[in-house]
Amino acid sequence: MDDFLVRALLGGLGVALVAGPFGSFVVWRRLAYFGDTLAHSALLGVALGFLLHINLTLGILIICQLLAILLFFSQYQRQLASDTLLGIFSHGALSLGLVALAFMDNVRIDLVSYLFGDILAIGYVDLIWIYGAGGAALLGLICIWKPLLSITIHEDLARVEGLPVDRINWLFLGLIALIVAIMMKVVGMLLVTALLIIPAATARRFASTPESMAVIAMVIGALSVGLGLFGSFQYDTPSGPSIVVAGCLLFICSILLPKK
Amino acid sequence: MNSPLLTLTDVNLTLNNNSLLESVNLQLHAGEIMTVVGPNGAGKTTLLRVALGLQKPTTGQVKMADGVTLGYVPQKLHIDPTFPITVKRFLALAKCAKQCDFNLLLKDVGAQHVIDSPLQNLSGGELQRVLMARALMREPDILVLDEPVQGVDVHGQVELYDLISRVRTERNCAILMVSHDLHLVMASTDRVLCLNRHICCTGTPEVVVNDPAYTALFGPYAARHLAIYVHDKQHQHDHEHGCSNKEHNCNG
Repeated sequence: MDDFLVRALLGGLGVALVAGPFGSFVVWRRLAYFGDTLAHSALLGVALGFLLHINLTLGILIICQLLAILLFFSQYQRQLASDTLLGIFSHGALSLGLVALAFMDNVRIDLVSYLFGDILAIGYVDLIWIYGAGGAALLGLICIWKPLLSITIHEDLARVEGLPVDRINWLFLGLIALIVAIMMKVVGMLLVTALLIIPAATARRFASTPESMAVIAMVIGALSVGLGLFGSFQYDTPSGPSIVVAGCLLFICSILLPKK
Repeated sequence: MNSPLLTLTDVNLTLNNNSLLESVNLQLHAGEIMTVVGPNGAGKTTLLRVALGLQKPTTGQVKMADGVTLGYVPQKLHIDPTFPITVKRFLALAKCAKQCDFNLLLKDVGAQHVIDSPLQNLSGGELQRVLMARALMREPDILVLDEPVQGVDVHGQVELYDLISRVRTERNCAILMVSHDLHLVMASTDRVLCLNRHICCTGTPEVVVNDPAYTALFGPYAARHLAIYVHDKQHQHDHEHGCSNKEHNCNG
């Protein structure tokens, strides 16, 4: 097997393993649109990366974190419904990113690879990002796992029971922003949410506890990456969308299977 | 009377130029059942949120006695159907003060049959019992309930109010609850707080029902209905007492 294929597979598997547990929370807490909004800000991060001459993933990470902070505070306002607000942030950030890149005369980017991912171009530095940041994100999630489950069930109840709800929510959003930034390379900004929610939604039918759902989602995500990459290689199709198509096929299969 | 567990002094709350609570004063003592009644939009739930510390008052003070543990029974849970969680796991997420046998806990509130059910499948009454079990795990000094019988049939409502009275008797726990329905609640409460942003009147159910402010708020029809019910009160109370004694023997 070629080197770049091995790197692609390793990167894809790493992302899938992180996406499983986080995706489960995204589904439980109905944060799909939130994830989308973070992902759409990635181009702005790329622009920032070029502007400051820093690693582009780092640029994306900074912008995602800033946006997460902004979104965290905006949940206290009551003037606009949250999906309206997310829509403004999401498309505003996407457009601002494109406009900012257009202003940079000496920068030519391959827009398609940012929109839909470029898993075959994953290098060693990317792998370090995926496994380093992804591993840290998973560790962080494990630390807040139990209180986060309580908050997911009823935020006020968790608050009355003495949990530091704001701090944990804050940390969780920061971790989501972190993994969105590293997932970008694999499936691209338009498909990040797909890799979060499709494996988790597929896992639901086979899970009886939150933990089993997270683990099954990891396995299904890894399967999607494997199948998608194989298909992409075999039929010369774009890799990011192929992974998502594989995920969708697994989801449809899971619906057709009798529920246990 | 001994010192209060919870004291609200001159509490005012204004959000977005809307006045939600106006100079509310209340004191809650150990072993006391206080019920907040009032029309829609009267600020009943808001008052609970202030008492629970979930909402800061604009002015005024909320003071809790030292070392008081709160138990909270929300009205509903909004859990996504994709969240796989059973009643047992739900209880396991809470910190447990003394009694940690989930079977016994659920049996005590009459819900042991749902221990392995997904939380989303419970009926309104079952959910209230499970939520009560979770709150009681913390050995609370004050139990706060937000419309505990909402969406429960009349028979279930009587049972739930019985359960609440029993919790008070067995644990000497103070109870602060909001209620929408006026009929059943009066039987098992020591003090009624009639709220319409400000406190219209307060006192024992008999006193409140005869207060002109109360009649003005709920109309003579509701007031008359209540009068009938209060008449029944003594009977209800004796019955209840017998029940809780029996429970006690069973457990012992």
